[in-house]
Amino acid sequence: MRPYFALLAFVAAAAVTGLITGPAGLGVGDLGRILGGGGDARDRLILLDIRAPRVVAALLIGAALGVSGGLFQALLRNPLAEPYLLGVSSGAALGAVLALVTGVSAAGGPVLPLAALAGSLAAISVVFRVARVAGTMDTRVLILAGVVTSAFLSACITLLLVLGPAEALRSAYFWTLGSLSGVSWSMNVILAVYAIPASLIAFRLARDLNALSLGEEAAAALGTNVERTKRSAYVIGSLLAAVTVAAAGIIGFVGLVVPHGVRLLWGGDHRRLLPMSFLAGGGVLAFADAAARGPWGVVEIPIGVVTAIVGVPFFLLLLRRGMTR
Amino acid sequence: MSLRLANASVTYPGATEPAVHQVDLTFEEGTHTAILGPNGAGKSTILRALGGLLPCDPGEAVLDGREARSWPRREFARRVAFVSSAEESAFPVRVRDYVALGRNPYVDGWRGPSPADREAVGVALHRADLDGLASRYLGSLSAGELQRARIARALAQDPDIMLLDEPTAHLDLGHEFAAFALLAELVAQLSLTVISVTHNLNMASRFCGRIVLVADGTILADGPPGDVLTPDRLARAFDWPVDTMIRPGLGIVAVPVAPGDAP
Repeated sequence: MRPYFALLAFVAAAAVTGLITGPAGLGVGDLGRILGGGGDARDRLILLDIRAPRVVAALLIGAALGVSGGLFQALLRNPLAEPYLLGVSSGAALGAVLALVTGVSAAGGPVLPLAALAGSLAAISVVFRVARVAGTMDTRVLILAGVVTSAFLSACITLLLVLGPAEALRSAYFWTLGSLSGVSWSMNVILAVYAIPASLIAFRLARDLNALSLGEEAAAALGTNVERTKRSAYVIGSLLAAVTVAAAGIIGFVGLVVPHGVRLLWGGDHRRLLPMSFLAGGGVLAFADAAARGPWGVVEIPIGVVTAIVGVPFFLLLLRRGMTR
Repeated sequence: MSLRLANASVTYPGATEPAVHQVDLTFEEGTHTAILGPNGAGKSTILRALGGLLPCDPGEAVLDGREARSWPRREFARRVAFVSSAEESAFPVRVRDYVALGRNPYVDGWRGPSPADREAVGVALHRADLDGLASRYLGSLSAGELQRARIARALAQDPDIMLLDEPTAHLDLGHEFAAFALLAELVAQLSLTVISVTHNLNMASRFCGRIVLVADGTILADGPPGDVLTPDRLARAFDWPVDTMIRPGLGIVAVPVAPGDAP
């Protein structure tokens, strides 16, 4: 149980850090007062309607990316797998770019997220159909189909951006960097309703994912319904990634490194790895978001830059430690 | 528990010829049977068909009167354990956790392993003499220890029947003997039915009461070692001249020979 307490403390620390970070000041003391029902209207607005939704979104999106990465690594039996490997992000990006280039995103509201979601769902189903031959899903074909679809979609994006208006290029660039600045309470409700049950179903797959790490034949001999397990892992992992991309753009690195780091620290049993990646992913992204908007005044660093610049050295350290076993 | 192949043929997708052709085999409880034969003869295919891992057409594998592939997979896995020759984990795993995978057919997806499951893992580790290695990583084991870990994983499944594909591959003669002796002990103590694919004719003749000699996807001979491991049968199976020596108590020694060798 100790790793879970450590992770819960990590999540709590990340949440508090996220709440007390921002250009308006407001420290731990203010936080206590406002949560207790006090404080003036302006401070309450900043904390409860600007910072809190961001912190909650970071926790949910990071958690979804952590679980999604863990699922893809188990499904493809490869520690280098990550949520965006099979075209979810390129599909979302194409959807978003289409919305930007055609100008429909100017309508505002949920148009851009919905366009991104539609794009990633299209990519997911194309890759899934290609990889399914005679009722079985070949994970080697899945990787190839995913990577090739991804390349094709990227080419389409480039073509659209080159031919489209210059303003769309800039917006698309910032969209692909990922940002939590657009989140709201209503989006958080959608994220939670979606990511939490999907993650619970993923946790239920853990036993069969453990068997799958020995290969498909061995897993079948251990009583695993191999095709159903692979299908579920692919669909749940992809949908978790898709909803995060729709909500906050492409946030790299978390889905790759969080499950990998959990595996190095606490072992590869998916019964623990997936829930731990849920917690660790949330904590990591909430910290990253605090770092992205914290000490830079009005400028906000793209969150993907933070996750990579802070995360990579830490990850390399972990990797070195893990390799000495 | 009875397991048999009934007039079973297996053709791999894309192949024109069946890998296994009209094979009939029935296995008795509490015996160790060796499946012998040259490379590509269909030994592993027979084992996979018995494990319900491949469809037979025509024919079928039958466990307790029910077609192997129509059993619910988890129910089947509580009765029949299968260990392939090249089973490796994609991620680093400790010996205890690897052996614990053998409990998967019993473990509830939500609740996880019960105390009974943990106890079964402990017993399996002990039987395979792995007590001291439980916390080691699988990748750090020697070849002999790794094969014992595979046997322990199959034991943790608490099966009636164990299907082992080359359980002594890559072992030196001492470790190979120890592995066969361990299997003999398990067969005797637990009245397990063990079916092994192996290339060691000598160990098979000593430890297995029954030898199935396979060549070109069909059964060339089936019976006690003395009846099956004769020079002309072996020569026919392996397509190479073979001489044998019978050493009472030590089994049959088979050696390949060249035409010029003195008898």
